[in-house]
This record gives sequence, structure tokens and C-alpha cells, in this order.
Amino acid sequence: MNLSAPDTFSPEKDSLIIGGESLSSRLFVGTGKYPSDTLIPGVLAASGSEVITVALRRVDMDATTDNVMQHIPSNIRLLPNTSGARTAEEAVRIARLAKAMGCGNWIKIEVISDNRYLLPDGYETVKATQILAKEGFVVLPYVNADLMIARSLVSAGAAAVMPLGAPIGSNRGLQTKEMLRILIEEIPLPIIVDAGIGKPSQACEAMEMGAAACLVNTAIAGAGNPVAMAKAFGQAVAAGRKAFLAGEAAVSPGRAYASSPLTGFLS
Amino acid sequence: MGFYDLLASYKNQDIQKLTASFDQRDVWRALSRESCDSRDFLTLLSPAARPFLEEMAVKARELSIRNFGRTIQLFTPMYLSNFCTNGCVYCGFGCANFIPRKQLSLEEVAEEARLIAADGLKHILILTGDAPKIATPAYIEASCRELRKHFSSIAIEIYAMDTETYRRMVAAGVDGLTLYQETYNETLYDTLHPYGPKKDYHFRLDAPERGCIAGMRMVNVGTLLGLDDWRRDAFFTGLHADWLQKNYPEVEISISLPRMRPHAGSYSPACEVSDADFVQILLAQRIFMPRCGISISTRERKEFRDNIMGLGVTRMSAGVSTAVGGHSDKDSGTGQFDISDERSVEEMAVAIKAKGYQPVYQDWRPMDSWEKSA
Repeated sequence: MNLSAPDTFSPEKDSLIIGGESLSSRLFVGTGKYPSDTLIPGVLAASGSEVITVALRRVDMDATTDNVMQHIPSNIRLLPNTSGARTAEEAVRIARLAKAMGCGNWIKIEVISDNRYLLPDGYETVKATQILAKEGFVVLPYVNADLMIARSLVSAGAAAVMPLGAPIGSNRGLQTKEMLRILIEEIPLPIIVDAGIGKPSQACEAMEMGAAACLVNTAIAGAGNPVAMAKAFGQAVAAGRKAFLAGEAAVSPGRAYASSPLTGFLS
Repeated sequence: MGFYDLLASYKNQDIQKLTASFDQRDVWRALSRESCDSRDFLTLLSPAARPFLEEMAVKARELSIRNFGRTIQLFTPMYLSNFCTNGCVYCGFGCANFIPRKQLSLEEVAEEARLIAADGLKHILILTGDAPKIATPAYIEASCRELRKHFSSIAIEIYAMDTETYRRMVAAGVDGLTLYQETYNETLYDTLHPYGPKKDYHFRLDAPERGCIAGMRMVNVGTLLGLDDWRRDAFFTGLHADWLQKNYPEVEISISLPRMRPHAGSYSPACEVSDADFVQILLAQRIFMPRCGISISTRERKEFRDNIMGLGVTRMSAGVSTAVGGHSDKDSGTGQFDISDERSVEEMAVAIKAKGYQPVYQDWRPMDSWEKSA
């Protein structure tokens, strides 16, 4: 059962709770790949997003030039990520640094040791989650859509699970749809679909399936008009969520019934 | 199996004849595929692909934005020493050339670093000639200690080293290795390097792999375009990068596309590489390896650099001097080659922004330096 989905239709009370924090928007956005970081406030405003992920490797507090952090409004929940970490140990060190730098105690674990496809290392991700959850971090791990890994993350103390819909930056949508469906059914944590979502309709579909939220970066940052696209994603995620809460009407099985039913003998 | 074995498997192939045999259908097939294999890559480098540069550019641009966003990382080279024991016929630093020789003292390294860092750059590429008894590993380690006070990423473009020495470099804070094979043509390589340690083709060919084994975070390969038929060298550069990426997936692999430039010495390129040739290489490379970094130096002129920014380039140098101590001493002598784009870091950043891209000054920082400042 997915605890993020309320049992009754009450959209006015529908908020996503992560790490004890209540979020009214279920769209998380990123900071990478923009033609200019100055677009970030507009993207946040248009999308309605309250959570933004930032790669700590890019943050330079001493910068004489522009710094991405200057463009993130103070009311937005910062989700630093461990991009660049190749092992659990590196991810843990980056998480601790993020906290020491004042980025709060939320952390998105990214452990990637394959630069060809940028696929996450589930084993190292679970190890890092175990350590950081014990230290009081609100841990949001980015993983493959894999039930066993997700179950290990639940045991490790993750606050949510962030499976990929398709490889990072691919914009290929919900290629892991069947596995996402299983995770949504089986994992008692919010499932946040991360990576691969290329179009608002795909984010909407993930939400209709019961995902708790979506994280979108490339599809917004790479759009011709990132702010307009952010707005479209905000609306799509909200629409998908409403549809999920409303409960889908039954779909016709699409087949004819024989005049002599197979179970006719029962009557 | 090492990369040489893969290279050797092409020994009986006439690459030029093969590229000439491709037709438009082959190009369309290569362009329509989800992922390119080595044959598709060669097809995109072939004469048959030339009328399709626009189609290739559209695909390369889309792949680049998806994988890297609209960003260009900035870095600058810093020449520590131009002493050299090689006789490379095409290089301004070759020991047969009568140029003033200099090696920066550690104090001069510190001053040069301070001046470069004042422009906001965080990624630096240090270079020396091939004279390991003068620009020793210990000297480079000591220089790195100075540089780490200012820069978050240090890459080296120096003589080929063994694995153990690369490990020393990594321990000293080096996280990137750039090493050009110059040409993959083994016979030509021998004539271009008449004497000196660089003459050892195999030692140089395997150096990027040794860097990967030693723990470099980023390894960059390339050829000096113009030494041999560009299609052959571009093809083997791509194969080399692909081979490294497959075998060392934890390492960020990138390529550089340096074209021959005027330098001290009289060597003229055997093979002219036109702007269209250069663009074809860039596009084919991006389509073949969508996740590979592509670095463009100031060897290219500014108008050309501006125009190719959106076609797959991920890193560009700026504020460049190819002379030893060229940032602190403007009369510091002869550079390795003449640069074509003399724009400052600030001017380069403005040009990048004007093209709708973001100049990225820092994309990496070693964790121990982070920990000290946190």
C-alpha cells in the first residue's frame, strides 16, 4: 500500500509529507543544464515547485562569478544531491559537507560509477542511505526501478524512493512503467519518479499511476522556453495527482462475450 | 585486451577506401539509429556524410542539450615549463627549436595561479614539455599544492607516466589527464618523433588507460588534426575514447579536437583540416558518444568557436597564454603555438551567454578541500 495516497478523495488536504515537512506541490525541479541560472526563480514560480535539487559539485560559495545558490529563493526546500559520488563513502562525505555548508538535512543520494549511461549503483546507494539516515538526514535515494533495492532502502531508513523512469537526460518517459507500478504498490514510502521524464504528459501519467511526485530537470532546462515548460509540468503533475485521487473509471475489457458463456453451466 | 589490440584489428583495413565506399543510404541509416556503432561513426566521418552536416548538427545539438544542458565549462591552460627532450617535428617546444627555455619557480607558480584565479576560473590544465628530469614528478606535485589553494580541479597535460607516478599525481590533487596520441598512424608517428621519450608509441598509447587505473576522475584524449588523414585519426580517437569509456565507466572520458597552428619551427601540416572537416568530426563524435566531453581550445578563431558552441562542445579554454609564465609576465617568450582566440575569461563568458549558454566555472571540487572550507 502506498501511504502517500489518501484513502478518500480530499484534494484540498492533499499534501506530500516527507521528513515531517508538508509540500503542496508534487513537482521537484533541478538546477542543472539551464542556459542561465537566472531562469531558476521563474521556473520555480511557474511550476509551483517547492523543492529544488542542486549538485553540490557546482556550488561555489566563494565564487567571484555567479553562484547558483543566489538564485534559489529562501522559501524553497533545498535538496542537495551527491552528483559526482562514485561510492557510498563519497556520497556520505558530500552529504555531510552539504549539511555543514548550511544546505539543510535533506539529501538526494546519487551514486553513479558509470559515466556511459549514468545509471545508479543500487548497492552503494543502500549503504550510503543506511549511514545517513542514522545520522538524521532525510534521505531521498535515486535508484533503478528495482523492488529489492527499494525494499532495502525502506529498511535503511530512506524518506522516499526515487526510481528512474528512463536514463538521466534521455527524455524517454516511463520506460520502467511496469516496475514503477510494482514499487508504487509495494513500497510504503513516497515514490518520486526521477530521471527520464521528457514531457508533461509523461509526468501526468506517473502521477495517475500513483507516484507521489516527479522530479524533472532536463525536460524543463532543455526546453525552448523553460519557464513556460515548467508551468506545463506543474499543471500536468497536479492534473495527474487529481486523477489518481479521483480514482479511474473502469476500462472496458474490450472483448465480446460468447452467447454460450464458459461459466453458463453454473446457472 | 588493450586498446592496441583493437587498433591492430584495423591494420588490414584501408580506412580511406572504406570511407569512400559509403553512400547516402548508409548515412541515413547511421543518423536514424538510436545508438551508433563504430561503423556508423565511420560513416558519419565519410565523404558521403558531407551533404548531411545540417542533419548531423540537429542531432548533435539535441544530444548535447539532453546530456549536458546549455552549459559550457571554462578552463585555462597554465604552462609550467617548456624544457623538452623530444624532437617532435611539429611542436614549438621541440628541443631542436632555439627558443628561450624556462621553468616557473614555485613562487612564480603561486603568482601565476593567483592571477588566473582572479578571473574566477576554478578548473586549470597544467602543461610542461617532456623533460622529466627538470619538470620532475616532485616538482609537479609541489606545483599542485600551490594550485590547489586556488583551483578546484587540476588536470595535467604533460609527458606520459607510468601508473605509479599517475597515482602520485592523483594523491597530489590532480583529477584530470589530457594526453594526445598526436596520430594513431604508427609508422607516421615514428617519423614525427625522431628521438626522445615520446618516440615510444605504445607507452604513449597506453598512458590514458594507466591514468584511468591510477584513479583519474577525467581522462581526455585526442590527435593533432593535420598530422595524418583526418578521417583516420578522428576515427581512431573516437574508438579510443569509446574503448576507455567501456572499460573504465567510472571515469569521465572526453576528447579534444586540436588543429595544427603556426609555431616555432618549419613543419607544415600534411593534411589540411578545413572548418567543414572540423565540424564533421565534432558532429560525428557527438553522435557516436553522446556522453563524451568535447573540448575546444583557442587554437580555433573566435568567430568559429562562437559558431560551434551549440554543436556538442562541452569545454572551452579562455584567457589563454601558451607561454611559460604568460599570465604574470606578458613578455614571457615564445609560446607552444600561436593562439587564435585571445579573448579574456570575461569576454568569453559574455560570448557564451550571448549564444544562450551558461559559462560554468566550477563543475568539480576535491572533497578534502571542501571539508576544509565547510
